[in-house]
Amino acid sequence: MNFPILSSIIFLPLLGAIFIFLFKDDKENNKSAVYVSLFTSLANLILCLFLWSLFDRDFSGFQFVEEKNWISGLIKFKLGIDGISILFIILTALIAPICIISCINSVKERVKEFLIAILILETFMIGVFSSLDLVIFYLFFEAGLIPMFLIIGVWGGPRRVYSAFKFFLYTLLGSVLMLVAIITIYWLTGTTDLVEIYKIRIPKEYQHILWLAFFSSFAVKMPMWPVHTWLPDAHVEAPTAGSVILAAILLKMGGYGFLRFSIGMFPVASEYFVPLIYFLSVVAIIYTSLVALMQEDMKKLIAYSSVAHMGYVTLGIFTFTKQGLDGSIYQMISHGLISAALFLSVGVLYDRTHSRLINFYGGVVNYIPKYSLIFIIFALAALGLPGTTGFLGEFLILIGVFKKNYLIGLLATIGVVLAAAYMLWLSKRVIFGDVKNQEIKALKDINFLEGTILSVLVIFIIVFGFYPDPLLDTMNVSVNDLLDNYQKDLIHHLKAGK
Amino acid sequence: MEYAVLFLPLLGSIIGYFGKRLGNFFSELATCFFVCASGILSIIIFYNGVKTGNYGNYKIFEWVNSGSFVANWSIKIDPLSSIMLVVVTLVSSLVHIYSIGYMKHDPHKPRFMSYLSLFTFSMLALVVSDNFLQLFFGWEGVGLCSYLLIGFWYKRNSANNAAIKAFIVNRVGDFGLAVGIFLIFYHFGTINYDEVFQLVPQITNKEINFLSFEINLITAICLFLFIGAMGKSAQFLLHTWLPDAMEGPTPVSALIHAATMVTAGVFLIVRCSPIFEYSEIALNVITIVGGITAIFAASVALVQNDIKRIIAYSTCSQLGYMFFAAGVGAYHIAMFHLFTHAFFKALLFLGSGSVIHAFKDDQDIRNMGGVWRQLPYTWFLMLVGTLALTGFPFLSGFYSKDAIIEFAYSKHSLIGNFAAYIGIFTAFLTAIYSWRLMFKTFHGKYMNKNLSLKETHESPLVMLIPLAFLALGAIFSGYIFKDLFIGSENKNFWESSIFFLQEINYEHPPLWFLLFTPILVVSAIPISYYIFISNRKILDKFTENNKLLYNFLLNKWYIDQIYEFIFVIPIKKMGLFFWKKGDENTIDRFGPNGISKIVKLISNKAVQFQSGYIYDYAFVMLIGLSLLITFLILN
Repeated sequence: MNFPILSSIIFLPLLGAIFIFLFKDDKENNKSAVYVSLFTSLANLILCLFLWSLFDRDFSGFQFVEEKNWISGLIKFKLGIDGISILFIILTALIAPICIISCINSVKERVKEFLIAILILETFMIGVFSSLDLVIFYLFFEAGLIPMFLIIGVWGGPRRVYSAFKFFLYTLLGSVLMLVAIITIYWLTGTTDLVEIYKIRIPKEYQHILWLAFFSSFAVKMPMWPVHTWLPDAHVEAPTAGSVILAAILLKMGGYGFLRFSIGMFPVASEYFVPLIYFLSVVAIIYTSLVALMQEDMKKLIAYSSVAHMGYVTLGIFTFTKQGLDGSIYQMISHGLISAALFLSVGVLYDRTHSRLINFYGGVVNYIPKYSLIFIIFALAALGLPGTTGFLGEFLILIGVFKKNYLIGLLATIGVVLAAAYMLWLSKRVIFGDVKNQEIKALKDINFLEGTILSVLVIFIIVFGFYPDPLLDTMNVSVNDLLDNYQKDLIHHLKAGK
Repeated sequence: MEYAVLFLPLLGSIIGYFGKRLGNFFSELATCFFVCASGILSIIIFYNGVKTGNYGNYKIFEWVNSGSFVANWSIKIDPLSSIMLVVVTLVSSLVHIYSIGYMKHDPHKPRFMSYLSLFTFSMLALVVSDNFLQLFFGWEGVGLCSYLLIGFWYKRNSANNAAIKAFIVNRVGDFGLAVGIFLIFYHFGTINYDEVFQLVPQITNKEINFLSFEINLITAICLFLFIGAMGKSAQFLLHTWLPDAMEGPTPVSALIHAATMVTAGVFLIVRCSPIFEYSEIALNVITIVGGITAIFAASVALVQNDIKRIIAYSTCSQLGYMFFAAGVGAYHIAMFHLFTHAFFKALLFLGSGSVIHAFKDDQDIRNMGGVWRQLPYTWFLMLVGTLALTGFPFLSGFYSKDAIIEFAYSKHSLIGNFAAYIGIFTAFLTAIYSWRLMFKTFHGKYMNKNLSLKETHESPLVMLIPLAFLALGAIFSGYIFKDLFIGSENKNFWESSIFFLQEINYEHPPLWFLLFTPILVVSAIPISYYIFISNRKILDKFTENNKLLYNFLLNKWYIDQIYEFIFVIPIKKMGLFFWKKGDENTIDRFGPNGISKIVKLISNKAVQFQSGYIYDYAFVMLIGLSLLITFLILN
């Protein structure tokens, strides 16, 4: 493969952003900025689907590898994907145009800059999922902070500054430790090339401390309990598109990091810290589900539910079983679609009434039936109804967990009951019931654009719920590889230990 | 043909929903047509199966494939599922037709019909599954449709609450079912029925360790599956949603909360008989829970005043019968009772719908009475339903219910006797509350103040004809099918779909025992007539003297209140506590806010040094220098 398709996918959005940057700032240009960015992101989506069609599902190892010397002898710009990362790339490429379309209704000021931020963010996010070098990964991983920080800080709600700083503080704290760890790894192995590191195998005695350093970064991103408190605030203050990207993709970087780095590089430590992960995940599932139940703000509720859903992901990853890993990856993709859909739905209401308070609404179904139908579908998907993607991920994860530990499995399954409680109660208070407010009566149903993006998500959520094969099949070989290598590494270290 | 049975209702549902642009009538016609077609086909399948033993297992396509975890979308036709097919599609067809009349004035009729069809599809997907995952899909699918239909009148707050309650209580049950499935997959490596059932005998002695308790694996699986069954079939402790579910339109109650969905739990137990047979403990638990439910629900039904709630508790109680039948090992009789019950209970519900229709949506039996001449057909049909329910000789309920009691008795075990006596006593209670309902609704004095007697009117034909069909079923289904289900032909008929570890004992109980229940039941008619119609003072006096008992029953043993107290309120409090005290007051306070405070504090102190005065800087330099020197000396 000579054509550098991965770099093209990464840098195409950036190119679009630069192009928009050159526009003059006036109303007419805002419109064309939207078109340009939409065009770029759609082109990128098509490119990604093309990549998917070229992707060899039976090949084990990384494909489409690109390698260039960057700082000679020190850092290589190395890209490549496997069956896991390609799914996240496609998810990112799908969410980006959806966000851009949602901006048309919700962002009124500094449209141009907003679009630039989103496009740059897309570049960084795809970069994260396709880099095979620790330094490159770190750069993309951290650079993603900046546009997100700006999106919350500039276009956010009234407490945006507090939220933006909280977000920044948490994520930065984790990533500093990760940087130190990366440097240590370079000292230990003489390379930052991931594939090389897999082969060299990091010595057992260093693994625990390095694992913790990476963990601190991924746990914040995930977010895991108890470092989750930035998420509700960030979501509440972020504009709709910001929330969508945050929930759909940024959170997935943590899970992806665990899969690619923690398990891959530190198998011994990963095994060692299983109890910690299980404990934190189960607490996250039950604790945040209960907190979600009592929220008064729709976005906060969904944010807390995200934390609970991510709790399942970490559980699944650290079962080291085929079902657990398949389930976790599936759950991440599924949550990407569902949480994006839910935040968009809340955004639709917010654009019309400028309120996110649950108490403000009620009886919405009487005036906007189409919207209500879609909202209910998303709510049901979020509570894991079979036939939607939300179900399969959780079910597979729990199957994996039960193989490891009954108690953890039982506790995690309780979360499924709680999810039904908070999602249905939310729907009841917002969609059904009495009309509490005169403003509700003036609501307009979803327009064409909103209808389009929401229906696209509905279709994906349902189709992949009934027919998950395209996704499961894509990741199948890579997940098997991951597990194989993990087992081999463990055995190797065990032997070395003796 | 098998595909058509399953997918026609789905097709009907989709066409019905989106066809509302073509008018309500189109939607009704489409949904009714597709469901009826599915009904006719399933009768053909059932008939073919009985005649030729022609069954099969069809794979539609692969659903999940993750390592060794494989589940297909499938259609498994065997005696068990073909009976369920007939029950579900037949009752569903009749309810669809009935709804045309009942929901005539509702503006959202297409949506209603569409939900009904969707429900039918989910229920069919549940019964024809050949693996536990598709079963779970159908299981939650019917729960969803039940949620949507209970909350159909979404403007009513009570309907919304009831809908949520139904879904969440069911989810508690689903939790059990899911855990059962996880355990099955872990220990059997598959979730396909046939494969699992084959493996069961090999691992009957396996123990699992949970929190250092040694538990028999099969027992654990059975108990978890049973929790699932309890939720769906409204058994004692997880029954609370069923009476509240009566907030939904009456056709829904007839279809979902009487004939089909609530029997899914019984179906599950019977389907899994090859597992349950190996766990004595689980079977005993089922018997006890079933017995308690039967008697509890019947006792509560005695004092309720809402016509639909009485029937709902009656359903609950009859489901209890089915469970303890399965618990004592009479799976085939449990299925037989499920079959006959579907007819007479749907008949009673739809009949009560007709009464409610006549009384312009009043459901309180204290506001009824004396209308049997006004509503002759409804009265007659309800009479048939009541006779069948109470087990009046030679009607359908007689054959199935007495068979359960006799079977339990002939077990000659403690648990069998327990079940038999509870069965007899409950049969008596059933007769009392059923006749109370009949007499208070149709006989005695006319009590309604808002509506004059003349304004009450008989329902239209479109509602009465389905009732007539159900009445035929309620009268004859027991007599016609008794040989096939539980009599001489039963072994040939069930083939391998029900598993008995031990040969069934066909010994008959003594004659006095056989006659005891029917006599009791028949004698309940004059007794109830006496206390509810001719001499009501006795009853008033009795309740006056036993206020405590009366309130206890009226408030449904206070179980809702207890749940509110031990679950709902603490959970809300915990949520609030974790949010305010946990997140805001602990994590945030000591986490990000704390750190930024400390940083601020330190930088404020640091700022003081940068005062611009030479002596401040000199002082800092001096300290630094002395520290450096100390360090060097020490080294």
